[in-house]
Amino acid sequence: MTAELFVQYLFAGITYGAIYAIVAIGFNIIYNATGIINFAQGEFVMLGGMISISLLPMMPLWLAITTAVMLTMVFGAFLEICFIRWLENPSVLRMIIITIGLSILTREAALHVWGESIRSLPYFIGDEVMTVALFGARISPQVLWVIGACGLMVIGLNIFFQTTSVGREMRACAANRRAALLCGINTHNMVTLSFMLSAGIGALAGCVMSPITSTQYDIGTGLAIKGFTVAILGGLGNAMAAVGAGLLLGILEAFSVSVVPLAFKDAIAIAILLLILFFRPHGLFGSRTAAGLKEF
Amino acid sequence: MKKLFPLALLVTLVVAVQMITGWTDTRFYLTQLTMSAYYALLIIGLCLVMGYAGQLSLGHAGFFAIGGYVSAALTTRNLEGIKDTVLIRLFDALGLLAAGQDIYGDSLLVVTPWAACLAAVLCAGVIAWVLGIPVLKLKGHYLAMATLGFGIIVYRLVLASEVFGEADGISDVPSFPLVPGLTVSGDFGAREENYYIAWGLLIIGLVLLRNLVDSRVGRALRSIHGSEDAAEANGVDTARFKLKAFVISAVFAAVAGVFLTHYNGGIGPSEAGVMKSVRYVAIVAVGGMAHLWGAMVMGIVLNFLSLRGVFGSYDDAVFGFILIVIMLFAPRGILSWNWRGYAAILLRRGGGQESLREKTDGLA
Amino acid sequence: MALLEIARLHKKFGGLHAVNDVSFDVAQGSIKAVIGPNGAGKTTLFNLIAGSLAATSGRVRFNGVEIQGKKPHQIAACGIGRTFQNIKLFHDMTALENVMVGRHLRSRAGLVASMLHMPWTLKEEMQIRAKSMELLELLEIEAYADVEATSLAFGQQRAVEFARALALEPTLLLLDEPAAGLNMQETAEVSRLIARIRDLGITVLLVEHDMSLVMEISDEIVVLSFGQKLAEDVPSAIQNNTEVIKVYLGE
Repeated sequence: MTAELFVQYLFAGITYGAIYAIVAIGFNIIYNATGIINFAQGEFVMLGGMISISLLPMMPLWLAITTAVMLTMVFGAFLEICFIRWLENPSVLRMIIITIGLSILTREAALHVWGESIRSLPYFIGDEVMTVALFGARISPQVLWVIGACGLMVIGLNIFFQTTSVGREMRACAANRRAALLCGINTHNMVTLSFMLSAGIGALAGCVMSPITSTQYDIGTGLAIKGFTVAILGGLGNAMAAVGAGLLLGILEAFSVSVVPLAFKDAIAIAILLLILFFRPHGLFGSRTAAGLKEF
Repeated sequence: MKKLFPLALLVTLVVAVQMITGWTDTRFYLTQLTMSAYYALLIIGLCLVMGYAGQLSLGHAGFFAIGGYVSAALTTRNLEGIKDTVLIRLFDALGLLAAGQDIYGDSLLVVTPWAACLAAVLCAGVIAWVLGIPVLKLKGHYLAMATLGFGIIVYRLVLASEVFGEADGISDVPSFPLVPGLTVSGDFGAREENYYIAWGLLIIGLVLLRNLVDSRVGRALRSIHGSEDAAEANGVDTARFKLKAFVISAVFAAVAGVFLTHYNGGIGPSEAGVMKSVRYVAIVAVGGMAHLWGAMVMGIVLNFLSLRGVFGSYDDAVFGFILIVIMLFAPRGILSWNWRGYAAILLRRGGGQESLREKTDGLA
Repeated sequence: MALLEIARLHKKFGGLHAVNDVSFDVAQGSIKAVIGPNGAGKTTLFNLIAGSLAATSGRVRFNGVEIQGKKPHQIAACGIGRTFQNIKLFHDMTALENVMVGRHLRSRAGLVASMLHMPWTLKEEMQIRAKSMELLELLEIEAYADVEATSLAFGQQRAVEFARALALEPTLLLLDEPAAGLNMQETAEVSRLIARIRDLGITVLLVEHDMSLVMEISDEIVVLSFGQKLAEDVPSAIQNNTEVIKVYLGE
């Protein structure tokens, strides 16, 4: 493997890894606030891409993306308010099935609205053949957009959670819901906010990745599974570890192309998922005792 | 005697339907009813593991596919090329092979349907056993994801393997002579015969499971669903029982897969897909998680409607919708839906099942 | 040789030393109580004995056989039954069915035999049912046999859990706060019940906060505080033990 090829693979891995990390962070935000794994997380990514593509004929690119992200956030809030908010103490099984159902309905709705066609946003700068030289390889500038956008989102989320009062309230809610309630924090709104936040970052990721990966009504499921794998890999609930885990998975996948047939590339993520679940369900960075004590 | 009544009613109904379709010249319904019966066989097996043992399985279509594909591959893939090897000669000596001609007139050496069926079911059972040991240690989301992952791996496997026909699947699957006089096949002339084979199989499965549920083992399974800690404290080896329930349900699914494949004369990768697994879970949820009869009835009704195309292009959406509605309003299934109580619940905002944050939340 | 021997048992949860070098014996046929303020490690101790938690170090010997490290269902098979602090009845099962699960180890019907409804399994089922009804009658709740267990009143649920534990025919019974949430009259009934259990030859080890119950029925008391054994003596001596009083009431 030449140095150039190595760098190509590396960047491909980092690009996809960044996307997986964002999906995983989305999972973690909702999980931390509610204890629920939102199986519909992947659909947020899909919607971001699809909506922005549909809006593009009517407005400049940056506006289409912004609007798509905001519409997806509204959608996330809608899901929470309609289907999750008013459930009293639902069991884990029930929640899993409900979010799976939501995922399916969203996907089917997308199928009927946008059909089966594969679409994509145009490259933000230049076109699909434009490259920049980086570390000896030729990389599409869109890759930089993806990495940059995801990186900014991670930093932004960090700032949000650590410094703003709303962010602190959400963290309180995640740590101990009852205590947060007693402190006067409106936990219901925090939950809605967590959905909106997850939807927003997912949508943005969907927009920036669209020129590279294209968008189709059913990309949600695959992304959700990989995002979940990354979330577990980093330790469920640990948003920052998800970044590392995401990059790890992305790079593993990218380099696997050189050893296994392409058709099995997707199976790599699942194999990793199963291995992790069987041997280290608390993740690479989690602690076994802490995970054992943590409620579901 | 009270126990036999529902069964007798079912048998009467089955016979009656067949005769009515004969009189009204609507025998084409028999085809979908036959297929629905096979799917229902999978459903009641899934009901055992989900409703009674309380273990969610989002990958059961995988077992159906293992059954169908293994059987299909063994009965269609030509072993002629390797027929001089020791293994093949051994199989031949054991009577496991059948010779014939393919559509081009060349000689064809394949495994007999019975041997293929047994191999396929055994395969599914062993895989369920091996998979179940680590998977059933998981709970909640982890279990859901692991089973989902399993289903997807099976799907990807058949989609990518040449021996399983890749995207086209396997067709030309021969008919399956069960015993002299009874053959599983898609021949139009044999519609009644196959209808009774399918329903016979389903009824046998139903009786076996019903017996199981009403027994010491059934109670042990239900106790696991009720409280694993308390079950263990009372001497129930929860790990082993969960595994047994899982394997049984996999076997039911595989048998359904084998028979349906021979009936249809083929199988495709969509049978292993996630949407199918989700559909099965939806049906069990609607029929009543711990309600064998409910699951069976819903299995027949919903599959029949789906096969008749009543849901049109919204097929998958319908099942997704059903999942949500049932889980929101009647998580124990439609038959246990407290119609009157629901109004009270709506107003009172009470009523919950096992809490997400378990019992420690709020207790000293 | 005592029926149950606990030797130098330790349990650490990360930095928390929940059970710290606890040792004591329980003699056959006796009633022993474990008391201590909240957080003293009593339920952890129970979980260690019953096998739902693995000890960090130490030994538990039952009838001379070492049982630490065994799974809960294996320990149940050795003859140790238990009840839970927050009652764990099986939902969607009637009171009778709950007790019948307690007979699991005293019956044999397996998978295949059950599926085929072999005649001997049917006979066994009738025996299980009869024995379970007997226990419900012993606890005077036979009227609720066919009621869904988790919909019963609290006191009745406790009784079902008792019956279920007794159905095991245990040699040693671990009772985790049997009187929690019960009023004075119900507590007195529990006291009578425990005495009757002892008369049946079953050894009892209980965790309890209700002092009157503990003082009344225990042969010996073990006091835990912050995971360590503070004292082990007859009730009258414990009552006058200054250390114990300090721990409960403060300086």
